[in-house]
Amino acid sequence: MKPGLTRRGLIGRSVATAGGLAAVPLVTPAEAAIPAAPAPVRTPEMVDIVLQVNGRRLPLTIEPRVSLLDALREQAGLTGTKKGCDRGSCGACTVHVDGRRVNSCLTLAIRCQGRAVTTIEGLAEGDELHPVQAAFIRHDAFQCGYCTPGQIMAATALLDEGHAGSDAEIREYMAGNICRCGAYNHIVDAIRDVASQAAGKG
Amino acid sequence: MDAIVGQPLDRVDGRLKVTGGARYAAEFPVPGVVHAVLVQSSVAAGEIVAIDTSAAEGMPGVLAVITPENAEKLQADKGGEQVVSRPTLQDMQVLYNGQHVAIVVADTLDRAQAAASALKLTYKQDEAVTTMDSALNTAYRPKHFRGGARSPDSNRGDADAAFDAAAVKVDATYRTPIEHHNPMEPHATIARWDGDRVTVWTATQGISGAQHTLATLFGIPPANVRVICPYVGGGFGCKGSTWPPATLTAMAARKVGRPVKLSLTRRQMFTSNGYRPRTVQKVKLAADAGGKLVAIRHDGMSQMSMPSLGEFAEPVGLATEMLYSCPNVAVTHRLVGVNAPLPTYMRAPGEASGVFALESAMDELAVALRIDPVELRLRNYADGDEHEDKPFSLKNLRECYRQGAEAFGWSQRNPAPRSMRDGRVLIGWGMATSTYPANRRPAEALVRLQADGSVVAGSGTQDLGTGTYTVMTQVIADELGVSPRRVRFVLGDSTLPPAPGSGGSTTVASVSPAVQAACAAARQKLFSLILADPQAAGLTSADLRLANGVVLAPARRFPLSQVLARAGLEYIEGRGKTEGPPGGHSLHSFGAQFAEVRVDPDLGEIRVSRYVGAFDAGRILNAKTGRSQLIGGITYGIGMALLEETATDAETGRYVNADLAEYLVPVHPDVPLIRTIFVAGEDPVLDPLGARGIGELPMVGVAPAIANAVYHATGVRVRDLPIRIEDVLG
Repeated sequence: MKPGLTRRGLIGRSVATAGGLAAVPLVTPAEAAIPAAPAPVRTPEMVDIVLQVNGRRLPLTIEPRVSLLDALREQAGLTGTKKGCDRGSCGACTVHVDGRRVNSCLTLAIRCQGRAVTTIEGLAEGDELHPVQAAFIRHDAFQCGYCTPGQIMAATALLDEGHAGSDAEIREYMAGNICRCGAYNHIVDAIRDVASQAAGKG
Repeated sequence: MDAIVGQPLDRVDGRLKVTGGARYAAEFPVPGVVHAVLVQSSVAAGEIVAIDTSAAEGMPGVLAVITPENAEKLQADKGGEQVVSRPTLQDMQVLYNGQHVAIVVADTLDRAQAAASALKLTYKQDEAVTTMDSALNTAYRPKHFRGGARSPDSNRGDADAAFDAAAVKVDATYRTPIEHHNPMEPHATIARWDGDRVTVWTATQGISGAQHTLATLFGIPPANVRVICPYVGGGFGCKGSTWPPATLTAMAARKVGRPVKLSLTRRQMFTSNGYRPRTVQKVKLAADAGGKLVAIRHDGMSQMSMPSLGEFAEPVGLATEMLYSCPNVAVTHRLVGVNAPLPTYMRAPGEASGVFALESAMDELAVALRIDPVELRLRNYADGDEHEDKPFSLKNLRECYRQGAEAFGWSQRNPAPRSMRDGRVLIGWGMATSTYPANRRPAEALVRLQADGSVVAGSGTQDLGTGTYTVMTQVIADELGVSPRRVRFVLGDSTLPPAPGSGGSTTVASVSPAVQAACAAARQKLFSLILADPQAAGLTSADLRLANGVVLAPARRFPLSQVLARAGLEYIEGRGKTEGPPGGHSLHSFGAQFAEVRVDPDLGEIRVSRYVGAFDAGRILNAKTGRSQLIGGITYGIGMALLEETATDAETGRYVNADLAEYLVPVHPDVPLIRTIFVAGEDPVLDPLGARGIGELPMVGVAPAIANAVYHATGVRVRDLPIRIEDVLG
């Protein structure tokens, strides 16, 4: 079966032969298969490593120069972490390593052995979204969605760091995450909302 | 049931976007995919005389090195929104620094990158024209202005004579820089050939355009090209045309016989898919002593590439033709060719740059006349479009001025520059008018009403983050009486019924009427089935109502599942179409922009501290996603006013700040709380729902509102964007 056609059952079997709607790819993360590419040519530089990503073991064979971002996107099939600049300037690739936010484009995968990596795919508890994810939807804190995983990973870290004391503080501590669609107002709304909910519970 | 259209429904694709599940072009798991990397020229003009590929070809995992010497020959590009004729490795000529000169394919991304950097090219350099300002005397008339639909010049009355005779005048030159769209998702394409058929997953604002352009270039029927793009990580115009990287990916995939993936680097985004060209605009305004405009002259020049790459003329003067009532108006557009990539549409093309000049000049005129800037605009209010000589389909601009000014507190403004302070910090208040054309183009849609009452619908349109998935779901929910949860609207696949590219704020007005018509057709078929049933004796379709999968009639009900089972159908399908724009009216949206800036008098630091925008954009289909578009456009405008400029090294013609560290875009602390107002109104002329696109409108007028506020704060008139610290330090 071609990738992206796995949901044809949703639409109805007679429709599936009619082209059009039947062929539209709409792949959810659960259905996303890890690419079955032929193994790259093995060279002496390559090393076998094991990462811990979202609580699961992830064995990889990579060259030492491969960034954590490329390892996640191109080898592990975890494409929720985005590449916006590959230079540490935009924040789209933000993930947590041992609970701290880092730019995965500036982090070598090989340096992450033995450390806990969390990506956007690992934030929700099953079907239950993380409060920041839910707040982003409620406040429409994105448009195109491409910077969104990085914004959310930065925002959850910011809350843990205790930097959501005011709108000005939120803006300052989110300054490393660019949103070109300009959803900043709504992102601040979402973070403030989660911070005040947490304060209310506390 | 209350109407779903208009409600602030959460984005239906929201969950996929916050969980990392929304797949963008580079993220489809195509089995066996290998990686391509582009190589760019390091000179601005000349010819490639030698290409040494030996080192690259010998590196591990390298599958192909494609250069002009071994590239597949392509047909001429005739399709798409904008004809982009080069560079697709068809010859050895170099016309700008950063031109694609090779594509390297390897089994992993890092190996492709390493091999790309090992390529050795030798050039014979020619003298290059690297900046527009050094070549203004070579300005020429565009050959295909607005696709050849009209002249680049227009005249109403005699602007020069009226200017010469007038009492109060402004005569100034305004400049806007090269800007790059910089969507967060760099352009990406995966291409896979199956015989003479190709599937491309590509980041595009127009799947139909991509389908036809690729078909033309590769000499295959459009039906052999399938374009898939369910999510776009921002476009802002740079994904509107089918640029060479998509073509080169397909070429590479054919060459290596495997699927190939290409993602542009951020640096490559600066020379691969257009930009907003630099403009130099001379504006003359003249008024009588009462503030009534008697003459407007707007002579605009915009930067172009060398002509053989295509043509793009920034239409800076179009808003000038219609924004104010004035008997004498002259507009011209000229181009200045330099050794640069081909420019293109960028959010609010024409208006963003042109209205900066016009609305800065209006502020200068208000100062010269000692009339309040809002009052000056009201004295010159255009009740109809004096250029097209047509009525507006809807114009509530007066209300935008009134509601915007009230929300901002404009009446408290002291007009004297440097008169308002907070401690030592200077405060400035400025305003400007916004306008953008409302557009509609032919589109088609298909709807299937299923036995369980759910609906699947689709159109070959796009969702750039603008909310297409969500608002079309709302339209269907209302038309077919179902909960939005039971609707699945699909887009971004060229096998769906065709729709126009998403650019120029066209999508809502084009696609929603087609979706409505498709729903009506499905409902009509359903009602016909029921009326043919003996149990429906005595009923007419006027008695029937569809709600939640049941057709209700007086004293009778017909569950969809039973109707379909009896007819032996799995679903009922309806198709609908939208035609092109209606004639007879001038179609424009409007707005009023109000900005407060705070300027440090010693350091010159300029911050936007408060913002109000009031917009007349017809009926808003979703207040939540609609507000996101408004704050997004205003934020883009803040970047234009204070931050954004692509700088060219005059010696080499190379962009020196081609990354997100030095090409500054607004970040969180640059953007204050933005107040947005939708002025009530519906535009029934443009489409049956009364809606208009709002992607560009909120960006127009932001830069002049801020520039006018900076003048009010400091007394310094900045006519050259972006406004910098050194401009106001004097």
